[in-house]
Amino acid sequence: MGRCLDRRSSWITIREVRLIEQSGLENNTSRWSEFAIEMVIRALGFSAIGFVTLIFIFLLREGVPTFFEVCLVNLFGTRWYPTFGLFGTLPLILGSLLVTMTAIAIALPLGVATAVFVREVAPDWTREFLKPMIEVLAGIPSVVLGFFGMTIVAPFVRRTLGTPTGLTAFTGALILAYMSLPTIISVAEDALDAVPRSYRDGARAMGATEWQTIWRVVVPAARSGIVTAVMLGLGRAIGETMAVMLVTGNAARMPLTLDSLFRPARTMTATVAAEMGEVAQGSVHYHVLFGIGLILFVMTFAINLTAAATIFQKRRRGGLR
Amino acid sequence: MDRYRVQRVGFALLAAVAVIVVAPILLVIGAIAVRGIDAISWEFLTAMPRDGMRAGGIFPAIVGTFWLTLGTAAVAIPIGLGGAIYLAEYARDNLLTRAIRLAIINLAGVPSVVYGLFGLGLFVLFLQFGTSIVAGSLTLAIMTLPIIISTAEEALRAVPTEFRTVSASLGGTRWQGIRRIVLPQAMPGIITGIILGLLRAAGETAPILFTVAAFYLPRLPQSPLDQTMALPYHLYVISTQVPGMPEEIQYGTALVLLAVVLSMNVVATLIRSAYRRRREW
Repeated sequence: MGRCLDRRSSWITIREVRLIEQSGLENNTSRWSEFAIEMVIRALGFSAIGFVTLIFIFLLREGVPTFFEVCLVNLFGTRWYPTFGLFGTLPLILGSLLVTMTAIAIALPLGVATAVFVREVAPDWTREFLKPMIEVLAGIPSVVLGFFGMTIVAPFVRRTLGTPTGLTAFTGALILAYMSLPTIISVAEDALDAVPRSYRDGARAMGATEWQTIWRVVVPAARSGIVTAVMLGLGRAIGETMAVMLVTGNAARMPLTLDSLFRPARTMTATVAAEMGEVAQGSVHYHVLFGIGLILFVMTFAINLTAAATIFQKRRRGGLR
Repeated sequence: MDRYRVQRVGFALLAAVAVIVVAPILLVIGAIAVRGIDAISWEFLTAMPRDGMRAGGIFPAIVGTFWLTLGTAAVAIPIGLGGAIYLAEYARDNLLTRAIRLAIINLAGVPSVVYGLFGLGLFVLFLQFGTSIVAGSLTLAIMTLPIIISTAEEALRAVPTEFRTVSASLGGTRWQGIRRIVLPQAMPGIITGIILGLLRAAGETAPILFTVAAFYLPRLPQSPLDQTMALPYHLYVISTQVPGMPEEIQYGTALVLLAVVLSMNVVATLIRSAYRRRREW
């Protein structure tokens, strides 16, 4: 801005400014530094792609040897006893699925209902209270929630359900449900927010109550956004480590019977976290743990890709629908 | 049933669900505060652990978390801010930009323990930083990056286009406009995002399991290449790995960690709301 004021005379015209710029007298050096800055910013812009690639490369590097060292029958077998060379990952994969699916089954209704309440029903003061609370929940470290689950929720579960131990797949799912709630609520809220006002007005004008408008017009219109919310919540839940490790009891057994939900289970993430510290670098066990990490990475990648696909679709159609 | 009555019942149910969602949050904070408050003393906060961590304080864990968070900030802020400026100010809507956004969504979704594996593979072993504050900070920084990029981008995009056009019409170059006009306007939003990202880093355990964390190290780290204790990992250790651990110390440690994270959260919220009230556009 100071540029338009010449030091000697008072004002110079736009034409003169342009002449100064064309001559390049004023900021030949600054133009170079500016070019450099822009290049740096561009490079930083691409860094995210670089990091995802790096993560993938290093998981491959340490994890792929698994598939040469352990035969597939063993690797996808039902017994996980690393000390005896049995690396059956099936109980871990099923354990992860059991805990995650149960968590989402709990979190989906709670999350969508809360999002609807916050966005459509709640008076302002309630909203001003609820939103920061949900942000607080998102900020509580997973190890603290796990500690809370272990010392307070687990004994409670044991007493109410009469199970031999409170450290069960169900307890883990309960904690995980709350951990995925902030993601589900905030994305679902955005989806509801993006439903055009005219939809609501139209429904109300035809005599629908607010309640009918919400469930027959607004929520169906926000359907794809809510699916995205659930996908992202699912991705969070499946990758959660510390809370699950502290709370699910960590027994690597096949969850095949109906009561598996109320027995200890073990997830992929907990296995990696618990055992990585004790294995020798470069051993078969070490490679298998990286292999599990690779499977986790691919799973969450696929889940997020699906979620992202719906996000991009909406963008192309111009606004969330 | 009268449909207005249906509505009243329905709204009441929704409110009940909101209570079900919020009550446990208060319960977690309340329970940990009540049971942990007795452990908190000057000695607990400033002394070394003694007797296999069963007595004494948690000072090295607090210091470790401080250094890790600082290291994370030093790496994640410049990269995150640059990434956000690129996406908000320079990127066109093309395939490449879409790939970047996809990468960010995926970075945000990578499981924390996988970050730990990655940090172990790249920083600890391949680059030979060893288990150290540097390796841990770098790992945590990459984990924090998507949070910082997306919140900072949102803050930059919230600055009206007119600010940029006016700057350009006064003869400012694109970078001058960003540097002197857009960035200062977006700064409160960016700072909020940075704090939210850093509090996540301060509370994470899984990424530091194999990259920094020392089980029991009753001294302060001497250099960035030193191992260190850290609050979240310490809580994990004393709640599972040490037999005969007094409950008071466990709850006390949980309370300190919770207090650190929640106070960062409150600061972020305050900055954001103060800024919303003050801004003129």
